[in-house]
Amino acid sequence: MARQVHGMVEKRGSGLWLTHVFMILGVLVIFFPIWLAFVASTVTQADIIRPPMPVWPGDQLWTNYKNALFSGINVPVGTMLFNSLVMAIGIAVGKIIISLLSAFAIVYFKFPGRNLFFWLIFLTLMLPVEVRIVPTYEVVAGFGMLNSYSGLIFPLIASATATFLFRQFFLTIPDELAEAARVDGARPMRFFWDIVVPMSRTNIAALFVILFIYGWNQYLWPLLITTDPEMNTIVMGIKQMFPSGDDFAHWPTIMATSILAMIPPVIVVVGMQRLFIRGLVDSEK
Amino acid sequence: MEKRVKFKGWLLPALLIAPQVVISAVFFFYPAGQAIWQSLFIPDPFGLSMQWVGLGNFEFLLSDPFYRASFVTTAVFSILVTLCSMIPALFLAVIADRLIKGSGVYRTLLIWPYAVAPAVAGVLWLFMFNTRVGVVSWYLGQLGYDWNHVLNGGEAMGLVVVASAWGRISYNFLFFFAALQAVPKSVIEAAAIDGAHFWRRFWTIVLPLLSPTTFFLLVVNIVYSFFETFGVIHTITAGGPQQTTTILVYKVYSDGFVSQDLGSSSAQSVILLIVVGLLTVLQFKFIEKRVHY
Repeated sequence: MARQVHGMVEKRGSGLWLTHVFMILGVLVIFFPIWLAFVASTVTQADIIRPPMPVWPGDQLWTNYKNALFSGINVPVGTMLFNSLVMAIGIAVGKIIISLLSAFAIVYFKFPGRNLFFWLIFLTLMLPVEVRIVPTYEVVAGFGMLNSYSGLIFPLIASATATFLFRQFFLTIPDELAEAARVDGARPMRFFWDIVVPMSRTNIAALFVILFIYGWNQYLWPLLITTDPEMNTIVMGIKQMFPSGDDFAHWPTIMATSILAMIPPVIVVVGMQRLFIRGLVDSEK
Repeated sequence: MEKRVKFKGWLLPALLIAPQVVISAVFFFYPAGQAIWQSLFIPDPFGLSMQWVGLGNFEFLLSDPFYRASFVTTAVFSILVTLCSMIPALFLAVIADRLIKGSGVYRTLLIWPYAVAPAVAGVLWLFMFNTRVGVVSWYLGQLGYDWNHVLNGGEAMGLVVVASAWGRISYNFLFFFAALQAVPKSVIEAAAIDGAHFWRRFWTIVLPLLSPTTFFLLVVNIVYSFFETFGVIHTITAGGPQQTTTILVYKVYSDGFVSQDLGSSSAQSVILLIVVGLLTVLQFKFIEKRVHY
Protein backbone atom coordinates (compact mmCIF):
# COMPACT_ATOMS: atom_id res chain seq x y z
CA MET A 1 0.00 0.00 0.00
CA ALA A 2 1.34 3.38 -0.93
CA ARG A 3 2.44 5.66 1.87
CA GLN A 4 0.21 8.66 2.04
CA VAL A 5 1.03 12.19 2.87
CA HIS A 6 -1.47 13.66 5.27
CA GLY A 7 -3.40 15.87 2.95
CA MET A 8 -6.25 18.24 3.32
CA VAL A 9 -8.82 15.76 2.09
CA GLU A 10 -8.53 13.29 4.96
CA LYS A 11 -11.04 13.77 7.69
CA ARG A 12 -10.10 14.59 11.24
CA GLY A 13 -12.01 15.06 14.46
CA SER A 14 -15.70 14.22 14.46
CA GLY A 15 -15.65 13.20 10.79
CA LEU A 16 -12.97 10.65 11.55
CA TRP A 17 -15.01 9.17 14.39
CA LEU A 18 -18.02 8.92 12.17
CA THR A 19 -15.94 7.10 9.59
CA HIS A 20 -14.81 4.58 12.19
CA VAL A 21 -18.38 4.12 13.39
CA PHE A 22 -19.57 3.36 9.85
CA MET A 23 -16.70 0.97 9.34
CA ILE A 24 -17.36 -0.89 12.57
CA LEU A 25 -21.07 -1.10 11.76
CA GLY A 26 -20.20 -2.55 8.37
CA VAL A 27 -17.89 -5.13 9.90
CA LEU A 28 -20.54 -6.08 12.50
CA VAL A 29 -23.23 -6.57 9.88
CA ILE A 30 -20.90 -8.66 7.71
CA PHE A 31 -19.82 -10.73 10.72
CA PHE A 32 -23.26 -11.30 12.19
CA PRO A 33 -23.98 -14.63 10.41
CA ILE A 34 -20.61 -16.04 11.49
CA TRP A 35 -21.12 -14.88 15.07
CA LEU A 36 -24.56 -16.47 15.22
CA ALA A 37 -23.18 -19.74 13.88
CA PHE A 38 -20.47 -19.66 16.52
CA VAL A 39 -22.99 -19.01 19.30
CA ALA A 40 -25.20 -21.84 18.04
CA SER A 41 -22.20 -24.16 18.16
CA THR A 42 -21.76 -23.50 21.89
CA VAL A 43 -25.31 -24.04 23.20
CA THR A 44 -27.64 -27.01 23.48
CA GLN A 45 -30.27 -28.08 20.97
CA ALA A 46 -32.93 -27.12 23.53
CA ASP A 47 -31.62 -23.53 23.57
CA ILE A 48 -32.06 -23.29 19.84
CA ILE A 49 -35.42 -24.92 19.18
CA ARG A 50 -37.09 -22.49 21.60
CA PRO A 51 -36.54 -19.22 19.72
CA PRO A 52 -35.14 -16.71 20.09
CA MET A 53 -31.80 -18.37 20.60
CA PRO A 54 -29.22 -16.68 22.89
CA VAL A 55 -26.86 -14.13 21.35
CA TRP A 56 -23.94 -14.90 23.68
CA PRO A 57 -21.96 -18.16 23.65
CA GLY A 58 -22.99 -20.93 26.04
CA ASP A 59 -20.88 -23.54 27.79
CA GLN A 60 -21.32 -26.45 25.38
CA LEU A 61 -18.44 -25.58 23.08
CA TRP A 62 -16.27 -28.56 23.97
CA THR A 63 -19.17 -31.06 23.95
CA ASN A 64 -20.52 -29.92 20.60
CA TYR A 65 -17.19 -29.82 18.81
CA LYS A 66 -16.07 -33.14 20.26
CA ASN A 67 -19.39 -34.63 19.26
CA ALA A 68 -19.12 -33.26 15.71
CA LEU A 69 -15.47 -34.15 15.16
CA PHE A 70 -15.58 -37.70 16.47
CA SER A 71 -19.12 -38.88 15.82
CA GLY A 72 -20.87 -36.38 13.55
CA ILE A 73 -24.25 -37.32 12.10
CA ASN A 74 -23.56 -39.60 9.12
CA VAL A 75 -19.82 -39.73 9.48
CA PRO A 76 -17.33 -38.08 11.88
CA VAL A 77 -16.56 -34.51 10.80
CA GLY A 78 -12.86 -35.32 11.33
CA THR A 79 -13.09 -37.70 8.36
CA MET A 80 -14.74 -35.04 6.19
CA LEU A 81 -12.09 -32.49 7.19
CA PHE A 82 -9.38 -34.91 6.15
CA ASN A 83 -11.08 -35.56 2.78
CA SER A 84 -11.40 -31.82 2.16
CA LEU A 85 -7.76 -31.31 3.01
CA VAL A 86 -6.62 -34.03 0.60
CA MET A 87 -8.86 -32.63 -2.13
CA ALA A 88 -7.83 -28.99 -1.68
CA ILE A 89 -4.10 -29.72 -1.48
CA GLY A 90 -4.34 -32.25 -4.31
CA ILE A 91 -6.01 -29.71 -6.59
CA ALA A 92 -3.62 -26.90 -5.67
CA VAL A 93 -0.43 -28.94 -5.99
CA GLY A 94 -1.60 -30.87 -9.06
CA LYS A 95 -2.63 -27.76 -10.93
CA ILE A 96 0.58 -25.94 -10.07
CA ILE A 97 2.79 -28.84 -11.22
CA ILE A 98 1.11 -29.53 -14.54
CA SER A 99 0.87 -25.86 -15.40
CA LEU A 100 4.47 -25.03 -14.44
CA LEU A 101 5.63 -27.79 -16.78
CA SER A 102 3.44 -26.88 -19.71
CA ALA A 103 4.03 -23.14 -19.38
CA PHE A 104 7.76 -23.83 -19.41
CA ALA A 105 7.36 -25.86 -22.61
CA ILE A 106 5.28 -23.16 -24.29
CA VAL A 107 7.61 -20.31 -23.42
CA TYR A 108 11.04 -21.89 -23.83
CA PHE A 109 10.58 -24.36 -26.67
CA LYS A 110 9.64 -24.22 -30.28
CA PHE A 111 7.84 -27.41 -31.16
CA PRO A 112 5.30 -28.45 -33.77
CA GLY A 113 1.72 -27.87 -32.63
CA ARG A 114 2.70 -25.30 -30.04
CA ASN A 115 0.12 -22.79 -31.20
CA LEU A 116 -2.61 -25.40 -31.45
CA PHE A 117 -1.83 -26.50 -27.91
CA PHE A 118 -1.92 -22.93 -26.73
CA TRP A 119 -5.39 -22.37 -28.17
CA LEU A 120 -6.68 -25.64 -26.82
CA ILE A 121 -5.78 -24.75 -23.26
CA PHE A 122 -7.22 -21.32 -23.87
CA LEU A 123 -10.56 -23.01 -24.58
CA THR A 124 -10.52 -24.78 -21.22
CA LEU A 125 -10.55 -21.38 -19.54
CA MET A 126 -14.10 -20.91 -20.69
CA LEU A 127 -15.90 -23.90 -19.32
CA PRO A 128 -16.61 -24.29 -15.60
CA VAL A 129 -17.15 -27.82 -14.33
CA GLU A 130 -20.81 -27.04 -13.68
CA VAL A 131 -21.46 -26.92 -17.41
CA ARG A 132 -20.19 -30.37 -18.28
CA ILE A 133 -21.19 -32.29 -15.17
CA VAL A 134 -23.18 -35.15 -16.72
CA PRO A 135 -20.56 -36.36 -19.23
CA THR A 136 -17.68 -35.74 -16.82
CA TYR A 137 -19.52 -37.82 -14.27
CA GLU A 138 -19.85 -40.62 -16.83
CA VAL A 139 -16.12 -40.50 -17.61
CA VAL A 140 -15.19 -40.65 -13.94
CA ALA A 141 -17.67 -43.46 -13.30
CA GLY A 142 -16.26 -45.32 -16.31
CA PHE A 143 -12.78 -45.20 -14.78
CA GLY A 144 -14.19 -46.52 -11.50
CA MET A 145 -13.15 -43.29 -9.80
CA LEU A 146 -16.40 -42.58 -7.94
CA ASN A 147 -15.77 -42.23 -4.21
CA SER A 148 -12.04 -41.79 -4.65
CA TYR A 149 -9.60 -38.95 -4.15
CA SER A 150 -8.44 -39.11 -7.76
CA GLY A 151 -12.06 -38.72 -8.87
CA LEU A 152 -12.39 -35.65 -6.65
CA ILE A 153 -9.15 -34.09 -7.84
CA PHE A 154 -8.45 -34.80 -11.52
CA PRO A 155 -11.53 -33.32 -13.21
CA LEU A 156 -10.93 -30.06 -11.34
CA ILE A 157 -7.33 -29.61 -12.40
CA ALA A 158 -8.22 -29.70 -16.09
CA SER A 159 -8.23 -25.95 -16.47
CA ALA A 160 -5.79 -23.48 -17.88
CA THR A 161 -5.81 -20.43 -15.62
CA ALA A 162 -2.60 -21.41 -13.87
CA THR A 163 -0.83 -22.18 -17.15
CA PHE A 164 -1.63 -18.70 -18.39
CA LEU A 165 -0.40 -17.08 -15.21
CA PHE A 166 2.92 -18.90 -15.33
CA ARG A 167 3.29 -18.15 -19.02
CA GLN A 168 2.81 -14.44 -18.34
CA PHE A 169 5.38 -14.59 -15.59
CA PHE A 170 7.96 -16.61 -17.54
CA LEU A 171 7.81 -14.03 -20.33
CA THR A 172 9.10 -11.43 -17.85
CA ILE A 173 12.17 -13.48 -16.90
CA PRO A 174 15.14 -11.79 -18.62
CA ASP A 175 16.36 -13.59 -21.73
CA GLU A 176 19.94 -13.20 -20.55
CA LEU A 177 19.36 -15.85 -17.89
CA ALA A 178 18.32 -18.46 -20.41
CA GLU A 179 21.13 -17.38 -22.74
CA ALA A 180 23.70 -17.73 -19.97
CA ALA A 181 22.33 -21.12 -19.02
CA ARG A 182 22.57 -22.27 -22.62
CA VAL A 183 26.12 -20.99 -23.03
CA ASP A 184 27.09 -22.83 -19.87
CA GLY A 185 25.70 -25.93 -21.46
CA ALA A 186 22.96 -26.29 -18.86
CA ARG A 187 20.23 -28.63 -19.97
CA PRO A 188 16.69 -27.23 -20.14
CA MET A 189 15.47 -29.08 -17.05
CA ARG A 190 18.44 -27.86 -15.05
CA PHE A 191 17.57 -24.29 -16.06
CA PHE A 192 13.97 -25.02 -15.05
CA TRP A 193 14.87 -26.31 -11.58
CA ASP A 194 17.70 -23.92 -10.76
CA ILE A 195 16.34 -20.69 -12.17
CA VAL A 196 12.72 -20.75 -13.31
CA VAL A 197 11.17 -22.50 -10.30
CA PRO A 198 13.02 -20.49 -7.62
CA MET A 199 12.14 -17.27 -9.41
CA SER A 200 8.47 -18.25 -9.48
CA ARG A 201 8.30 -18.86 -5.71
CA THR A 202 6.00 -15.95 -4.93
CA ASN A 203 3.69 -16.70 -7.84
CA ILE A 204 3.50 -20.33 -6.81
CA ALA A 205 2.63 -19.39 -3.23
CA ALA A 206 -0.01 -16.86 -4.31
CA LEU A 207 -1.56 -19.38 -6.66
CA PHE A 208 -1.52 -22.02 -3.96
CA VAL A 209 -3.65 -19.82 -1.71
CA ILE A 210 -6.24 -19.20 -4.42
CA LEU A 211 -6.36 -22.82 -5.55
CA PHE A 212 -6.59 -24.14 -2.00
CA ILE A 213 -9.70 -22.04 -1.38
CA TYR A 214 -11.10 -23.06 -4.76
CA GLY A 215 -10.62 -26.75 -3.97
CA TRP A 216 -11.83 -26.52 -0.39
CA ASN A 217 -15.04 -24.72 -1.34
CA GLN A 218 -16.11 -27.13 -4.11
CA TYR A 219 -19.67 -28.30 -3.67
CA LEU A 220 -21.38 -29.70 -6.75
CA TRP A 221 -18.63 -32.08 -7.83
CA PRO A 222 -18.15 -33.83 -4.47
CA LEU A 223 -21.94 -33.96 -4.14
CA LEU A 224 -22.16 -35.96 -7.36
CA ILE A 225 -19.30 -38.38 -7.01
CA THR A 226 -19.06 -39.13 -3.29
CA THR A 227 -22.06 -41.31 -2.55
CA ASP A 228 -20.18 -43.01 0.28
CA PRO A 229 -20.36 -40.80 3.41
CA GLU A 230 -16.80 -41.83 4.26
CA MET A 231 -15.65 -39.85 1.20
CA ASN A 232 -17.77 -36.72 1.75
CA THR A 233 -15.95 -33.43 1.94
CA ILE A 234 -16.94 -31.10 4.76
CA VAL A 235 -18.45 -28.37 2.58
CA MET A 236 -20.84 -30.78 0.85
CA GLY A 237 -21.30 -32.95 3.95
CA ILE A 238 -23.03 -30.22 5.98
CA LYS A 239 -26.14 -30.37 3.83
CA GLN A 240 -26.21 -34.15 4.27
CA MET A 241 -26.53 -33.61 8.03
CA PHE A 242 -30.06 -32.20 7.69
CA PRO A 243 -32.81 -34.75 8.31
CA SER A 244 -34.93 -35.49 5.25
CA GLY A 245 -38.24 -35.54 7.08
CA ASP A 246 -39.91 -33.04 9.33
CA ASP A 247 -37.55 -33.57 12.28
CA PHE A 248 -35.54 -30.77 13.82
CA ALA A 249 -32.04 -30.57 12.43
CA HIS A 250 -29.40 -30.94 15.13
CA TRP A 251 -28.25 -27.34 14.89
CA PRO A 252 -25.39 -27.29 17.44
CA THR A 253 -23.59 -30.10 15.57
CA ILE A 254 -24.38 -28.58 12.16
CA MET A 255 -23.15 -25.15 13.22
CA ALA A 256 -20.00 -26.58 14.84
CA THR A 257 -19.36 -28.30 11.50
CA SER A 258 -19.94 -25.03 9.60
CA ILE A 259 -17.40 -23.29 11.82
CA LEU A 260 -14.93 -26.14 11.34
CA ALA A 261 -15.50 -25.94 7.57
CA MET A 262 -14.51 -22.28 7.47
CA ILE A 263 -11.49 -22.39 9.77
CA PRO A 264 -8.87 -23.77 7.33
CA PRO A 265 -9.70 -21.39 4.44
CA VAL A 266 -9.96 -18.44 6.83
CA ILE A 267 -6.53 -19.27 8.28
CA VAL A 268 -5.08 -19.46 4.78
CA VAL A 269 -6.71 -16.22 3.61
CA VAL A 270 -6.04 -14.14 6.71
CA GLY A 271 -2.61 -15.62 7.46
CA MET A 272 -1.36 -15.22 3.92
CA GLN A 273 -3.30 -12.05 3.22
CA ARG A 274 -0.69 -10.34 1.12
CA LEU A 275 -0.12 -13.39 -1.08
CA PHE A 276 -3.85 -13.96 -1.28
CA ILE A 277 -4.59 -10.47 -2.55
CA ARG A 278 -1.76 -10.71 -5.00
CA GLY A 279 -2.97 -14.08 -6.23
CA LEU A 280 -6.51 -12.75 -6.55
CA VAL A 281 -5.47 -9.75 -8.60
CA ASP A 282 -3.08 -11.82 -10.75
CA SER A 283 -5.51 -14.60 -11.51
CA GLU A 284 -8.21 -12.20 -12.63
CA LYS A 285 -5.99 -10.17 -14.89
CA MET B 1 5.65 -11.37 -26.89
CA GLU B 2 8.15 -14.13 -27.63
CA LYS B 3 11.37 -15.30 -26.07
CA ARG B 4 14.46 -14.81 -28.19
CA VAL B 5 16.14 -17.73 -26.55
CA LYS B 6 14.60 -21.12 -27.22
CA PHE B 7 15.74 -24.59 -26.38
CA LYS B 8 15.78 -27.17 -29.13
CA GLY B 9 14.15 -30.54 -29.44
CA TRP B 10 10.58 -31.78 -29.43
CA LEU B 11 10.59 -34.83 -27.18
CA LEU B 12 11.16 -32.93 -23.94
CA PRO B 13 8.46 -30.29 -24.54
CA ALA B 14 6.08 -33.05 -25.59
CA LEU B 15 6.71 -34.79 -22.28
CA LEU B 16 6.30 -31.49 -20.42
CA ILE B 17 2.89 -30.75 -21.85
CA ALA B 18 1.76 -34.38 -21.73
CA PRO B 19 0.14 -34.25 -18.24
CA GLN B 20 -1.95 -31.22 -19.10
CA VAL B 21 -2.85 -32.58 -22.52
CA VAL B 22 -3.96 -35.95 -21.13
CA ILE B 23 -5.97 -34.49 -18.23
CA SER B 24 -7.64 -31.86 -20.41
CA ALA B 25 -8.46 -34.41 -23.09
CA VAL B 26 -9.94 -36.97 -20.73
CA PHE B 27 -11.74 -34.72 -18.26
CA PHE B 28 -12.42 -31.70 -20.40
CA PHE B 29 -12.56 -32.07 -24.17
CA TYR B 30 -14.10 -35.52 -24.22
CA PRO B 31 -16.91 -34.60 -21.75
CA ALA B 32 -17.50 -31.27 -23.47
CA GLY B 33 -17.73 -33.06 -26.82
CA GLN B 34 -20.09 -35.59 -25.26
CA ALA B 35 -22.31 -32.80 -23.98
CA ILE B 36 -22.58 -31.35 -27.46
CA TRP B 37 -23.16 -34.78 -29.05
CA GLN B 38 -25.76 -35.91 -26.50
CA SER B 39 -27.66 -32.67 -26.95
CA LEU B 40 -28.62 -33.91 -30.42
CA PHE B 41 -30.34 -37.09 -29.17
CA ILE B 42 -33.17 -38.19 -26.95
CA PRO B 43 -33.09 -41.53 -25.12
CA ASP B 44 -36.02 -43.86 -25.84
CA PRO B 45 -38.48 -44.47 -22.98
CA PHE B 46 -36.61 -47.61 -21.87
CA GLY B 47 -33.22 -45.92 -21.89
CA LEU B 48 -31.86 -48.60 -24.24
CA SER B 49 -31.02 -46.52 -27.28
CA MET B 50 -30.68 -42.94 -28.33
CA GLN B 51 -32.69 -41.36 -31.07
CA TRP B 52 -31.30 -38.60 -33.25
CA VAL B 53 -33.38 -35.44 -32.98
CA GLY B 54 -31.00 -32.84 -34.40
CA LEU B 55 -31.76 -29.52 -32.84
CA GLY B 56 -35.02 -30.85 -31.42
CA ASN B 57 -33.83 -30.60 -27.83
CA PHE B 58 -32.99 -26.95 -28.34
CA GLU B 59 -36.29 -26.19 -30.04
CA PHE B 60 -38.12 -27.90 -27.23
CA LEU B 61 -36.13 -26.07 -24.57
CA LEU B 62 -36.61 -22.65 -26.08
CA SER B 63 -40.35 -23.19 -26.26
CA ASP B 64 -40.51 -24.73 -22.78
CA PRO B 65 -42.07 -22.22 -20.37
CA PHE B 66 -40.12 -23.68 -17.43
CA TYR B 67 -36.82 -23.21 -19.21
CA ARG B 68 -37.70 -19.68 -20.24
CA ALA B 69 -38.75 -18.95 -16.68
CA SER B 70 -35.39 -20.26 -15.52
CA PHE B 71 -33.64 -17.82 -17.87
CA VAL B 72 -35.59 -14.93 -16.39
CA THR B 73 -34.90 -16.21 -12.85
CA THR B 74 -31.19 -16.38 -13.62
CA ALA B 75 -31.16 -12.86 -15.03
CA VAL B 76 -33.02 -11.40 -12.04
CA PHE B 77 -30.88 -13.39 -9.61
CA SER B 78 -27.54 -12.41 -11.11
CA ILE B 79 -28.44 -8.72 -11.42
CA LEU B 80 -29.59 -8.63 -7.80
CA VAL B 81 -26.53 -10.51 -6.53
CA THR B 82 -24.23 -8.20 -8.47
CA LEU B 83 -25.89 -5.05 -7.13
CA CYS B 84 -26.21 -6.31 -3.55
CA SER B 85 -22.55 -7.24 -3.45
CA MET B 86 -21.05 -4.26 -5.31
CA ILE B 87 -22.87 -1.34 -3.72
CA PRO B 88 -22.08 -2.19 -0.07
CA ALA B 89 -18.52 -3.09 -1.10
CA LEU B 90 -18.01 0.27 -2.80
CA PHE B 91 -19.48 2.06 0.21
CA LEU B 92 -17.16 0.26 2.64
CA ALA B 93 -14.16 0.78 0.38
CA VAL B 94 -14.82 4.53 0.14
CA ILE B 95 -15.02 4.75 3.93
CA ALA B 96 -11.92 2.61 4.47
CA ASP B 97 -10.03 4.74 1.95
CA ARG B 98 -10.68 7.86 4.05
CA LEU B 99 -8.89 6.34 7.00
CA ILE B 100 -5.18 6.85 7.31
CA LYS B 101 -4.76 4.40 10.15
CA GLY B 102 -6.60 1.21 10.81
CA SER B 103 -7.80 0.40 7.31
CA GLY B 104 -5.59 -2.71 7.37
CA VAL B 105 -7.42 -4.05 10.42
CA TYR B 106 -10.80 -3.54 8.79
CA ARG B 107 -9.56 -5.14 5.62
CA THR B 108 -8.42 -8.23 7.52
CA LEU B 109 -11.84 -8.51 9.13
CA LEU B 110 -13.75 -7.86 5.94
CA ILE B 111 -12.03 -10.56 3.88
CA TRP B 112 -13.26 -13.35 6.16
CA PRO B 113 -16.51 -14.06 4.32
CA TYR B 114 -14.59 -14.60 1.08
CA ALA B 115 -13.11 -17.74 2.61
CA VAL B 116 -16.55 -19.10 3.49
CA ALA B 117 -17.77 -21.54 0.84
CA PRO B 118 -21.06 -20.58 -0.86
CA ALA B 119 -22.65 -23.77 0.45
CA VAL B 120 -21.59 -22.94 4.03
CA ALA B 121 -22.84 -19.37 3.58
CA GLY B 122 -26.13 -20.92 2.51
CA VAL B 123 -26.33 -22.92 5.74
CA LEU B 124 -25.54 -19.83 7.86
CA TRP B 125 -28.29 -17.77 6.23
CA LEU B 126 -30.71 -20.66 6.28
CA PHE B 127 -30.12 -20.87 10.02
CA MET B 128 -30.93 -17.20 10.56
CA PHE B 129 -34.12 -17.34 8.49
CA ASN B 130 -35.23 -20.88 9.32
CA THR B 131 -39.00 -20.84 9.69
CA ARG B 132 -38.94 -22.67 13.03
CA VAL B 133 -35.74 -21.67 14.82
CA GLY B 134 -34.31 -18.72 12.85
CA VAL B 135 -33.48 -15.64 14.90
CA VAL B 136 -34.25 -13.15 12.18
CA SER B 137 -37.48 -14.82 11.14
CA TRP B 138 -38.50 -14.99 14.81
CA TYR B 139 -37.98 -11.25 15.31
CA LEU B 140 -39.78 -10.57 12.04
CA GLY B 141 -42.64 -12.63 13.46
CA GLN B 142 -42.64 -10.46 16.59
CA LEU B 143 -42.96 -7.42 14.34
CA GLY B 144 -45.97 -9.04 12.72
CA TYR B 145 -44.27 -10.18 9.52
CA ASP B 146 -44.71 -13.85 8.80
CA TRP B 147 -41.50 -14.94 7.07
CA ASN B 148 -41.70 -18.18 5.13
CA HIS B 149 -39.24 -18.67 2.32
CA VAL B 150 -40.31 -22.31 1.99
CA LEU B 151 -43.66 -21.19 0.58
CA ASN B 152 -43.07 -17.64 -0.61
CA GLY B 153 -41.07 -17.42 -3.85
CA GLY B 154 -40.13 -13.75 -3.43
CA GLU B 155 -38.73 -14.35 0.03
CA ALA B 156 -36.85 -17.42 -1.19
CA MET B 157 -35.28 -15.34 -3.95
CA GLY B 158 -34.37 -12.58 -1.50
CA LEU B 159 -32.70 -15.06 0.82
CA VAL B 160 -30.57 -16.79 -1.85
CA VAL B 161 -29.58 -13.39 -3.24
CA VAL B 162 -28.39 -12.10 0.12
CA ALA B 163 -26.61 -15.35 0.98
CA SER B 164 -24.83 -15.32 -2.40
CA ALA B 165 -23.93 -11.63 -2.26
CA TRP B 166 -22.59 -11.77 1.29
CA GLY B 167 -19.25 -13.47 0.56
CA ARG B 168 -18.80 -11.44 -2.61
CA ILE B 169 -18.81 -8.18 -0.67
CA SER B 170 -15.33 -9.10 0.57
CA TYR B 171 -14.09 -9.81 -2.91
CA ASN B 172 -15.48 -6.61 -4.40
CA PHE B 173 -14.26 -4.60 -1.42
CA LEU B 174 -10.66 -5.72 -2.04
CA PHE B 175 -10.77 -4.64 -5.68
CA PHE B 176 -12.53 -1.32 -5.00
CA PHE B 177 -10.19 -0.55 -2.14
CA ALA B 178 -7.10 -1.24 -4.25
CA ALA B 179 -8.51 0.94 -7.05
CA LEU B 180 -9.30 3.78 -4.65
CA GLN B 181 -5.80 3.69 -3.21
CA ALA B 182 -4.48 4.08 -6.74
CA VAL B 183 -6.44 7.28 -7.42
CA PRO B 184 -3.82 10.07 -7.43
CA LYS B 185 -4.25 12.16 -4.31
CA SER B 186 -3.10 15.28 -6.15
CA VAL B 187 -6.17 15.20 -8.41
CA ILE B 188 -8.46 15.01 -5.42
CA GLU B 189 -6.65 17.78 -3.59
CA ALA B 190 -6.81 20.00 -6.64
CA ALA B 191 -10.57 19.52 -6.70
CA ALA B 192 -10.73 20.19 -2.97
CA ILE B 193 -8.86 23.46 -3.43
CA ASP B 194 -11.40 24.40 -6.08
CA GLY B 195 -14.02 23.95 -3.38
CA ALA B 196 -15.55 20.64 -4.44
CA HIS B 197 -16.85 18.86 -1.36
CA PHE B 198 -16.62 15.14 -0.75
CA TRP B 199 -19.67 13.85 -2.66
CA ARG B 200 -19.03 16.11 -5.60
CA ARG B 201 -15.44 14.88 -5.77
CA PHE B 202 -16.71 11.33 -5.53
CA TRP B 203 -19.22 11.62 -8.38
CA THR B 204 -17.15 13.69 -10.77
CA ILE B 205 -13.62 12.39 -10.20
CA VAL B 206 -13.38 9.19 -8.20
CA LEU B 207 -16.26 7.21 -9.71
CA PRO B 208 -15.17 7.79 -13.35
CA LEU B 209 -11.64 6.74 -12.40
CA LEU B 210 -13.06 3.57 -10.90
CA SER B 211 -14.98 2.64 -14.04
CA PRO B 212 -12.50 0.00 -15.31
CA THR B 213 -12.64 -1.77 -11.95
CA THR B 214 -16.41 -1.44 -11.81
CA PHE B 215 -16.87 -2.91 -15.26
CA PHE B 216 -14.50 -5.74 -14.50
CA LEU B 217 -16.36 -6.53 -11.27
CA LEU B 218 -19.71 -6.42 -13.07
CA VAL B 219 -18.64 -9.16 -15.46
CA VAL B 220 -16.92 -11.25 -12.79
CA ASN B 221 -19.88 -11.05 -10.43
CA ILE B 222 -22.34 -12.02 -13.14
CA VAL B 223 -20.20 -15.05 -13.98
CA TYR B 224 -20.05 -15.86 -10.28
CA SER B 225 -23.79 -15.68 -9.81
CA PHE B 226 -24.35 -17.84 -12.89
CA PHE B 227 -22.08 -20.69 -11.88
CA GLU B 228 -20.74 -20.59 -8.38
CA THR B 229 -23.95 -20.06 -6.47
CA PHE B 230 -25.12 -23.63 -6.95
CA GLY B 231 -24.17 -24.44 -3.34
CA VAL B 232 -26.28 -21.59 -1.97
CA ILE B 233 -29.37 -22.60 -3.95
CA HIS B 234 -28.97 -26.29 -3.19
CA THR B 235 -28.62 -25.77 0.56
CA ILE B 236 -31.32 -23.12 1.02
CA THR B 237 -34.16 -23.74 -1.42
CA ALA B 238 -33.25 -26.65 -3.73
CA GLY B 239 -34.65 -24.53 -6.54
CA GLY B 240 -38.08 -24.08 -4.95
CA PRO B 241 -40.73 -23.09 -4.14
CA GLN B 242 -42.31 -23.89 -7.53
CA GLN B 243 -38.95 -23.41 -9.27
CA THR B 244 -38.80 -19.72 -8.34
CA THR B 245 -35.09 -20.04 -7.52
CA THR B 246 -34.14 -22.57 -10.21
CA ILE B 247 -31.27 -20.85 -11.98
CA LEU B 248 -29.87 -22.36 -15.20
CA VAL B 249 -27.02 -24.26 -13.55
CA TYR B 250 -29.41 -25.71 -11.03
CA LYS B 251 -31.68 -26.86 -13.83
CA VAL B 252 -28.80 -28.63 -15.61
CA TYR B 253 -28.23 -30.53 -12.38
CA SER B 254 -31.84 -31.30 -11.57
CA ASP B 255 -32.78 -32.36 -15.12
CA GLY B 256 -29.58 -34.34 -15.64
CA PHE B 257 -29.15 -36.05 -12.29
CA VAL B 258 -32.51 -35.95 -10.59
CA SER B 259 -34.80 -36.47 -13.61
CA GLN B 260 -32.15 -38.27 -15.72
CA ASP B 261 -33.15 -36.37 -18.85
CA LEU B 262 -29.74 -36.48 -20.52
CA GLY B 263 -30.64 -34.96 -23.88
CA SER B 264 -32.28 -31.90 -22.37
CA SER B 265 -29.58 -31.50 -19.73
CA SER B 266 -26.85 -31.64 -22.38
CA ALA B 267 -28.65 -29.13 -24.56
CA GLN B 268 -28.85 -26.84 -21.54
CA SER B 269 -25.12 -27.32 -20.99
CA VAL B 270 -24.48 -26.26 -24.57
CA ILE B 271 -26.63 -23.15 -24.15
CA LEU B 272 -24.75 -22.29 -20.96
CA LEU B 273 -21.50 -22.84 -22.81
CA ILE B 274 -22.53 -20.19 -25.32
CA VAL B 275 -23.45 -17.81 -22.51
CA VAL B 276 -20.07 -18.33 -20.80
CA GLY B 277 -18.35 -17.87 -24.15
CA LEU B 278 -20.03 -14.51 -24.66
CA LEU B 279 -19.20 -13.38 -21.14
CA THR B 280 -15.57 -14.45 -21.57
CA VAL B 281 -15.25 -12.56 -24.83
CA LEU B 282 -16.69 -9.51 -23.10
CA GLN B 283 -14.20 -9.89 -20.28
CA PHE B 284 -11.22 -10.24 -22.62
CA LYS B 285 -12.31 -7.34 -24.79
CA PHE B 286 -12.38 -5.25 -21.68
CA ILE B 287 -9.01 -6.44 -20.44
CA GLU B 288 -7.42 -5.60 -23.77
CA LYS B 289 -8.86 -2.15 -23.42
CA ARG B 290 -7.61 -1.79 -19.90
CA VAL B 291 -4.06 -2.68 -20.94
CA HIS B 292 -4.07 0.34 -23.23
CA TYR B 293 -5.84 2.45 -20.66
